[in-house]
Amino acid sequence: MMAKLRMIVGALVALVLLAGCGQAGQQSQPQRTVTVLAAASLTESFDELGTRFTRQHPDVRVQFDYQGSSTLAEQIKQGRAADVFASADTKNMDKVRDLVGQPETFATNQLTIVVPPGNPAHIASLPDLAAPGRTVVVCAPQVPCGSATQKVAQASGVQLTPASEENDVKSVLQKVIAGEADAGLVYVTDAKAAGAQVQAVDFPEAQQAVNTYPIATIGAAPEKQLAAEFMAFVRGPVGREVLGQHGFGTP
Amino acid sequence: MPVVLWVPAALALALVVLPVLGLLTRVDPARLPALLLSPAALDALWLSVITGLISTGLSLVLGGPLALVLARSRMRGLRVVRAFVLLPLVLPPVVGGLALLYLLGRTGPLGQLLDTVGIRLPYTTAAVVLAQTFVAMPFLVIGLEGALRTAGGRYEQVAATLGAGPWLTFRRVTVPLLLPALGSSLVLTFARALGEFGATITFAGSLQGTTRTLPLAIYNTAQSDVDAAVAMSLLLVVVALLVIVVARPKAVEGRL
Repeated sequence: MMAKLRMIVGALVALVLLAGCGQAGQQSQPQRTVTVLAAASLTESFDELGTRFTRQHPDVRVQFDYQGSSTLAEQIKQGRAADVFASADTKNMDKVRDLVGQPETFATNQLTIVVPPGNPAHIASLPDLAAPGRTVVVCAPQVPCGSATQKVAQASGVQLTPASEENDVKSVLQKVIAGEADAGLVYVTDAKAAGAQVQAVDFPEAQQAVNTYPIATIGAAPEKQLAAEFMAFVRGPVGREVLGQHGFGTP
Repeated sequence: MPVVLWVPAALALALVVLPVLGLLTRVDPARLPALLLSPAALDALWLSVITGLISTGLSLVLGGPLALVLARSRMRGLRVVRAFVLLPLVLPPVVGGLALLYLLGRTGPLGQLLDTVGIRLPYTTAAVVLAQTFVAMPFLVIGLEGALRTAGGRYEQVAATLGAGPWLTFRRVTVPLLLPALGSSLVLTFARALGEFGATITFAGSLQGTTRTLPLAIYNTAQSDVDAAVAMSLLLVVVALLVIVVARPKAVEGRL
């Protein structure tokens, strides 16, 4: 009995030691890592910015985690160790205001209508979405693209009756790509990223809800210096160029 | 039983129980009633219970006979059929949702047919029921099939030799034999339907009062109000526990 117990304990200790070694091995590399928590809508542009940043700083690895801004804000509140936070709206940046440095706006985004290729339901304007018999999918009001949708609808007096309120902009896109919706409201950048799978129909009312993206260094950042450098890089000429290519407005 | 096994057993229990208790620590008792009685929470709970019950009924009506066929038939290729029946248990639910969407969606082969007679499934409560049934029915089928195999066919054969027709045998012999297993399988099926998330959000979408069941509402609310999401999570935990505690023990304790 005791012998068996000793064996089990021994095996556990060995396991813990092995795991420890693995981590030590990683740390001994000269490379430094900057961890960036970014809104899902930044995926394509930040991936490219990461590559460009590494080109300038060969010893630095940029690690991204793309999720909904509110999910990331909640993680920061729960004490997640990371260096930079780029949010898709000011609301979620405000939630972690005490835990981050001074936020700076680095990009803007606005809504566009997306329809399946060929525009089978002949949608040309925002009021068209409210016409009977059209299946429209939008973001839920709880997420940034949804609050933008709400703002646009209110400002233009269009009564939207969506078939579904999705939790993120990519789900809206997916339903339009699958042909399950006649139209959806997504960001200009998402429409661009979807390429030929959808057709974008711009509408003037989108001006009513221009979304600003703030970026900030996280207070407890393990790599403070790098965090500041990356933030400056995103707001600098390279950042503007890359973000612009992906459809963002740059202030 | 070796005493050493108590240690991993306790760890296993802690792994399941502690996170749920962790939910409790996040709850603000002062806000709880208001959060639980919000229209969003009540709509979601109601929708979840109703669709869960319908899905369970559908699973019984369709899955029950399927279990019987799997347990009693000597058809060739039954193994393959069984593998397909079990598939939803191991597939990520989102895959189930996509599969349903590409069959029954507007552009799917069956969906196009339905569309011509004016039926559209995505974004409807019926879609929620289908998604739940897809994911939950295997629990019923496995539960019943296992019980049928354990019980064997002897009673039925005896009934047949005594001159009972297939229907009489089914009603008077097979069904009574199955009742305990049926109870526990139904409970498990209902509980699984209650917790269904991925297939529903993919196939049915998410709209309050129509397709936004409790799990979807929790996910949706967590985007903006974590406290409200935790309150709803607690609600789901309580409902699920109630269902399992009230109806499940008999089967678990081996009194099949």
